[in-house]
Amino acid sequence: MPILVIDDEAPIRKLLEITLQSNGYTVVQAATAKEGLQKAVSHSPDLIILDLGLPDENGHATLKKVREWYDRPVIILSVQHSETDIITALDNGANDYLVKPFRTGELLARIRSALRSAVGDDNEPVIRLNGLEIDLSSRIVKKDNELLRLTATQYSLLALFGKNAGKVLTHQYLLREIWGESYTDQLQYLRVFIAQLRKKIEKDINYPEHIITESGVGYRFVAGES
Amino acid sequence: MQGTWILSSFTVNHKIDQRYQYLISIVLVCLVSAICFLFSTYIGAQVVAFILLLTLSLIAMSFDILPVLLTALLSALIWDFFFLGPRYNFRVGNTEDKILLSMYFVIALVNAVLTFKIRQIEKIARRKEEKAQTLRLYNTLLNSLSHEFRTPLATIIGATDNLLETPSRLTPHDSKRLLSEISAASLRLNRQVENLLNMSRLESGFIQPKKDWHDMNELAFSIIHQLEEQLAQHRVEVDIREDIPLVKLDYGLMEQVLYNLIYNAALYTPERALIRISARCPHQSLVIVVEDDGPGFPEAEVGRAFDKFYRFTHPPAGNTRIGGSGLGLSIVKGFVEAHNGTVELMNRLTGGARFVISLPVENFSKLTGS
Repeated sequence: MPILVIDDEAPIRKLLEITLQSNGYTVVQAATAKEGLQKAVSHSPDLIILDLGLPDENGHATLKKVREWYDRPVIILSVQHSETDIITALDNGANDYLVKPFRTGELLARIRSALRSAVGDDNEPVIRLNGLEIDLSSRIVKKDNELLRLTATQYSLLALFGKNAGKVLTHQYLLREIWGESYTDQLQYLRVFIAQLRKKIEKDINYPEHIITESGVGYRFVAGES
Repeated sequence: MQGTWILSSFTVNHKIDQRYQYLISIVLVCLVSAICFLFSTYIGAQVVAFILLLTLSLIAMSFDILPVLLTALLSALIWDFFFLGPRYNFRVGNTEDKILLSMYFVIALVNAVLTFKIRQIEKIARRKEEKAQTLRLYNTLLNSLSHEFRTPLATIIGATDNLLETPSRLTPHDSKRLLSEISAASLRLNRQVENLLNMSRLESGFIQPKKDWHDMNELAFSIIHQLEEQLAQHRVEVDIREDIPLVKLDYGLMEQVLYNLIYNAALYTPERALIRISARCPHQSLVIVVEDDGPGFPEAEVGRAFDKFYRFTHPPAGNTRIGGSGLGLSIVKGFVEAHNGTVELMNRLTGGARFVISLPVENFSKLTGS
C-alpha cells in the first residue's frame, strides 16, 4: 500500500517521490488539502506525509479531519518550526514532525519507525524493541535478557513509551498520563525520571538510542534501529 | 538593543488609558475652576476664561481628541455657571457676555482640534523617521548577507551545472565530490536563514524567553550531535558533572547560543584543535564556558566581536576562513541578554578563544526526585 504525500510544492513532491520510490515505497501525491482528503479515502495509504502550509486549508485543520477516521501514521513535514506548531500538530494526532529542510535519511528512519509501530498488535502483552523486553501483564522489564529493577513510576513511564513507540509524546501528555492533570507544568519531575530511566536502559546516556529528546516538545521512544 | 527595548516600553506606557484621560481632564478642570473660584473676588470672569483655556491647551497637548472636547464643553459650562454674570445659573445676562461665551466655546474647540492635528502630524513624521532608520539597517544587512548567500549559491549552481551537462566526463569520485559540495553549501545557506530569522526576532524586541527545566548535559550533547560533520576533524571535550542540577532556561534560545559558539569554534580553528565545553552551577546561576586552543581573536578586536556585522578585519595568521555574516555572535549576545545574563570573550593565556556565559537561573537538584 502506498504513502500519500500532501504538499503544494511540486519540487518537494518530486523529491519525496524519488526518495520514497527508490526505497521501495509507492507514492500517491496531492497538492491541496481537498485532493489529499479524497486520495486518503480512495487509496487508503499506509502512511500520510502532510505539509502544514497548504493553499486551500490550514494543515492543522486537515490533520484533524484526517484523524476523524484515519488511524495509521501521519508525519508532518513543514517549514513551521515553532514549538507551538509542533505541539499543536502532535496534540491533533500527528505521529511525528519533521522540519523542512530535512535530511532524507532522517525522514526514511521516521517513516520506518512509524510504520513498524503501526503494525504492532494492541493486545500483545509483551513489547520487544532492540534488546528491551517490556511485559505489560507481569510488569517485568528485561534488557538483553537481564531483569531491570525499576520503580513504579519508572515502569509506568517506560510502558507508556513502549506502547507509543515511534511517536513523539509531548511533555504535557507524559506528565498528565503519569502524574495527573495538575502536574502538566512540572517538567522538572519528568526530566529527573527520564534521566533515571536512561541510566538504566541506554548504553551511553549522552547519546541516547531509545528515548530521544525532541527539544522543547517532548520525547520519542525509538522503535528499532535509527 | 537594551536601549531600544526600554525606549519602546516607555512610549507604550506613556500612552495613558482613555478612561484615565477622561478622569484626569475632569479633575483638572474642576480643580483649576475651584482655585479660580476662591479668588473670584480679585479676578474677573475674563481672566478665568484665559486660565481655563490655558488648562485646556495643556490637556490637548497630551490627550486624545474626545477627552479634550469633553474638557472644552465642561469648562465652558463651568465658566458660564460659576463665573459669568449672572452667576450660579446658565442664563447669560447681556449681549456682550453672550458673545464672550460663544467665543470662549469656539476658541476652546479650535484649540483642541488644532493641537490634536499638530500631534497627528508629529506622529507621522516620527513614524517616517523610524521607517528610514529601519531601511538603512536593512540595507547594511542585505549588503553583508549577499556575500554569505551568493557564495554557497554559486557553489550549488556551478556544481549542478557540471553534474547535469557533462556527466560523462566526470569520474564517480568527482561526482561524489561535487555532490558533497552542494550538500555543504545548502547546509550553510540554511544556517544563514536561521541566523537571519533569529536576528529579526531580536530586532523586533519581542524575545520573551520561554523558560523551563532542562539538563545541561542533554543540551550540550544534542548540539555536538547536530554538529557531528563540522566537528569530525576536531577533538571535543565536555566537562559537565552528571549530577549538575536542572536549570530553568529557554532551550531554543540557549541552543542557538551554544550552537553558534561551537559552530564558530569548529569553523575558525584548524584540524585537531581542542574544543572544550564546560558548565557549572554556582549558587542560583549557570556558568557555561566554550573554549578552544585555536588562534584566538586578534587582541584589538576582542571588544568588537559581539557587534552586529563584525568580522575579522585582520584575520589571525593561519586562519584561512574569513567571512561569516557577522550575525552569529551578536545573536549569542542578544539571546544571553534576553536571559538577563552576560557573555564575555577573552583570549586564553595558552592561546585560543574563551567564551564565558553567566546566567542567573533557578536550580532543581536531580537528586531530590526518586
